[in-house]
Amino acid sequence: MAWWRLSVGDGRLALRWLIGGEWRFHPARFVLTAVAVAVGVALGFAVHLVNGSALVAFDGAMRGVSGAAELSVRGTSPLGFDEAVYPRVAMARGVADASPVVSLPAQAGKARITLLGVDIFRAAVVTPSLVAAARSDGDRAGVFDDAVVVLSRRALIDAGTRVGATVMVTANGHAVPLRVAGVLAGADDAPALAVMDIAAAQWRFGRLGRIDRIDLALADRPLAEANVRAQLPPTAILSTPAAQNVAGDALSRAYRVNLDMLALVALLTGGFLVYSAQSLSVVRRQRAFALLRTLGMPRGGVIAAVVGEGLVIGVVGAGAGLLIGYALAWAALHWFGGDLGAGYFRGGAMPVVFQPLAALGFFALGVFAAALGSALPGRAAARAAPAAALKNAGDVIDPRDPVAWWPAAALMVAGAGATMLPPVMGLPLWGFGGMALLLAGGVVGVPWFARALLAPLARMRRGGVPLLLAIRHLRGAPNAAATALCGIVASTALMIAMATMVTSFRGSVADWLGDVLAADLYARVNTGASFDPATRANLAATPGVAAVVFSRQLPITIAANRPPVTLIARPTGHGLPALIARGPAAPPGTLPIWASEPAERLYGWQPGAVITLPIVPVTGLATRFAVVGVFRDYGRQTGAVIIDDRDYQRLTGDDARDQLAVTVRPGADLAGVGRTLLERMSPALREQVELTRPALLRRVALTLFDRSFAVTYLLEAVAIVVGLAGVAATMSAQTIARTREFGMLRHLGVTRGQLTAMLAIEGGIVGLTGALAGIGLGLVLAQVLIQVINPQSFNWTMATRVPVATLIGVAAALIGAAAVTAVLAGRRATARSAIQSVREDW
Amino acid sequence: MTIDPPILQVRALGKAVPGPRQLFGGLDLDVAGGELVAIVGESGVGKSTLLNILAGLDEADSGSVSIEGTVLGPLDEGARTRLRRARIGFVFQAFHILPYLTLRQNVALPLALVSPDAAAAEARADAMLDAVGLQGRGGGYARDLSGGELQRVAIARALVHRPALILADEPTGNLDPTTAARVLALFADAVRNHGAAGVMVTHSDACAAIADRVVRLGADGLVAVERG
Repeated sequence: MAWWRLSVGDGRLALRWLIGGEWRFHPARFVLTAVAVAVGVALGFAVHLVNGSALVAFDGAMRGVSGAAELSVRGTSPLGFDEAVYPRVAMARGVADASPVVSLPAQAGKARITLLGVDIFRAAVVTPSLVAAARSDGDRAGVFDDAVVVLSRRALIDAGTRVGATVMVTANGHAVPLRVAGVLAGADDAPALAVMDIAAAQWRFGRLGRIDRIDLALADRPLAEANVRAQLPPTAILSTPAAQNVAGDALSRAYRVNLDMLALVALLTGGFLVYSAQSLSVVRRQRAFALLRTLGMPRGGVIAAVVGEGLVIGVVGAGAGLLIGYALAWAALHWFGGDLGAGYFRGGAMPVVFQPLAALGFFALGVFAAALGSALPGRAAARAAPAAALKNAGDVIDPRDPVAWWPAAALMVAGAGATMLPPVMGLPLWGFGGMALLLAGGVVGVPWFARALLAPLARMRRGGVPLLLAIRHLRGAPNAAATALCGIVASTALMIAMATMVTSFRGSVADWLGDVLAADLYARVNTGASFDPATRANLAATPGVAAVVFSRQLPITIAANRPPVTLIARPTGHGLPALIARGPAAPPGTLPIWASEPAERLYGWQPGAVITLPIVPVTGLATRFAVVGVFRDYGRQTGAVIIDDRDYQRLTGDDARDQLAVTVRPGADLAGVGRTLLERMSPALREQVELTRPALLRRVALTLFDRSFAVTYLLEAVAIVVGLAGVAATMSAQTIARTREFGMLRHLGVTRGQLTAMLAIEGGIVGLTGALAGIGLGLVLAQVLIQVINPQSFNWTMATRVPVATLIGVAAALIGAAAVTAVLAGRRATARSAIQSVREDW
Repeated sequence: MTIDPPILQVRALGKAVPGPRQLFGGLDLDVAGGELVAIVGESGVGKSTLLNILAGLDEADSGSVSIEGTVLGPLDEGARTRLRRARIGFVFQAFHILPYLTLRQNVALPLALVSPDAAAAEARADAMLDAVGLQGRGGGYARDLSGGELQRVAIARALVHRPALILADEPTGNLDPTTAARVLALFADAVRNHGAAGVMVTHSDACAAIADRVVRLGADGLVAVERG
């Protein structure tokens, strides 16, 4: 073959030998690098699988309860809407058939279920899955009996009952014994449902004249949508299964996206670790590459060799990562549930739903991270002049070489700019992009930072030989320190950012809990029961009670594709939560309301805004409300609004109250007052009441908070461990690569003790540089999390609190780990004969 | 009778270093197949720089270098790389035997750069190892060998792909005198037997004595060609 026709591809045998030889000689390095990629891919894939599986389960639950109707009319609040709407909707043009539904949260025995009242003939046409009985007690006439119910398998299992038995069903404050007449067709994992005749449900559970939903079968969808919409009162909206799913998705989307992002951070750290490992590997093999370049391998061949290694590392690491990720997802779903403990999804264990596209995506990301982490060192190796590299082994250090600061500055300025952009589809994508740019800028700026940090020390003329040598070496080769540090700076920065955000968040939540839990006792009732006016008067007169505040909380749907907002009806004369913004007094013709911070951000309910709310079933007319204040609320991410209870009652006619806060007289026995309060309730009501003290509520709230962040702590810890492993591996390799330098120093009379001290100081300084850079960068990133990501994701703000103890701990761990690693590696490198060290060629 | 054209042709070659200091200037040199030329001179006179220019690893300031009629000057880096890969062999002072490849693979490396046929490359490498007196050692690694043996491996690698030009930079600089003499004799025989043009840089007159001609570079940029 003529020489001018040869190409890179002709050298693939040489590339194979080189890559294979390197790995045979340094398998641990290969494995460690692949593990870094595997950890990143595993975490990312696991979190994604958990989120996806939970959503599939949630989607299935929604479909099960709604009976998969094409279109539904839904009440905007649990008060439902007037059943007179039904005939108008049923006769609207474009509607083929309509099935009215009463839907109530209920309890069957001890199990929480959804009770549906349906018209069996209409439902058989519109939502047949709600009436298809798999098994019955044979009494066909029973379906019209007002004392029978058909349960789903899940409900049957949860309630611990059987077909033919009688079960006590409690809903809307009414407890009714019902005979289980059959089991709905469907899988065991379908939601817990009880279906009965609609008239019986309205009568037996106090819902006469009201319905919660109308399921529709359509003849002409566009026509039906337009005509049905025209028939709806403000207390009902038109909703599709898709919109329901979007609303369900919105409930936890920001949390899931944040977790996904955190998992990707672990992958990013893995990419940095590949970069560290490959950089070192390339430096160590610089003369080998120079030889190959001299023998005729083109630049592209060297890059191909290094990137090829990265690709194999990526394929092995990402492949293993997918397997580990699947196992992690299974374990997480099995032990923690679909929201990893955050409380978004209720229910037991759910199966892992494999997502091939996501698997492919994470595999590709892993391979890409490994290839990119290899491409940069490969490019540097290819650019080295072969003749010079062969002579000098490429380790020429010139402290006069300038270290560029502008790439880091440019990246950080771009990152800061990106964080100021608005959210995309309700997600802080620019915020995350800005964080990535800031992070990249911080990592790129480490050499400059190390040089700047060491400049004053380098002017020292006094101090022992180990100290002077260590400082001069690091100052002369800041890029070597940066190579060792890039992974740990990235993971430390993100860990500090998360820790600072979580500390700030937790502190703000604790303050808020102190503000909103100012009373001595709290109680709420379940499954639609309530404190009627007589009970309220009786409870208010309890000996030892100074004041009782009763309130009503109910979800109201503002938009079909958004989760409901909580409407809180309570006295507003005193005891309102502390306001973070105030508006002018409500103008004439409006009623005052107070919006929570998330509600303000989600719906634009700024102080002074005049809005409408769908809470007027009595008059059927919308009323205008003026936002007179905004209160902090970390308890309801989807928004809340406070209305004076007298206004609420006048508008809705609803005199039920389901929460109470009791302030006792000074010196009163709290436990005794609690007991008396319970004794003053009817036995049926007492069954449904949960009485708690604020300390317990506070503890439960903070426990829930900590549990929801447990996964983020785990992800951070993994990122830190991967980063520390990177520092250890890199410091070891760099130290061992300097064996000849140590030999020369030993020839000159430097003792082993002095060498060890020098390495310990170098390691300590490298660790300190990493800690300072990581912490500084982390505090900047924390501000992005606090000021941008959180408000855009969860619609709440918080005051910054710096976790000083964590910062000190991380700095100490980093400095210690780097110093110990350097010393351990140095013991090996300095243990060899000085002469042998100096003569060593490779 | 026909006279083969020289494999290496150097015309009016000049190179200065920043200063400006002329390393060498107006250098003319022809090296035919089977001929070994030594380049000698004190440290810093530009011996290695000249070798790098001949290999296409460095640029001259003036003049031209051609190998088998191909002038290096107009070639881009890729073309020079391909020329080096196919037509030039190298022997280094520090041997540069890769520790993680077997000796056989080290020798076969130039062949592995141009062909994926491992079996053929390794068979040829074994033959070359035999030729330099290292029979049966192909499966070993660099750490098993002495300095002289390592340089034999390097010579085998320089010849394995039948190059037209062999460049050697202080090939005996890391060896004791006895071993150096043996290695040098082996190198000279190999160059002559293979019909390649050989250029060897050395600072030792004793080493240069084995060459057919000696180019002496002076500190003042002067060039003298001795013997022949």
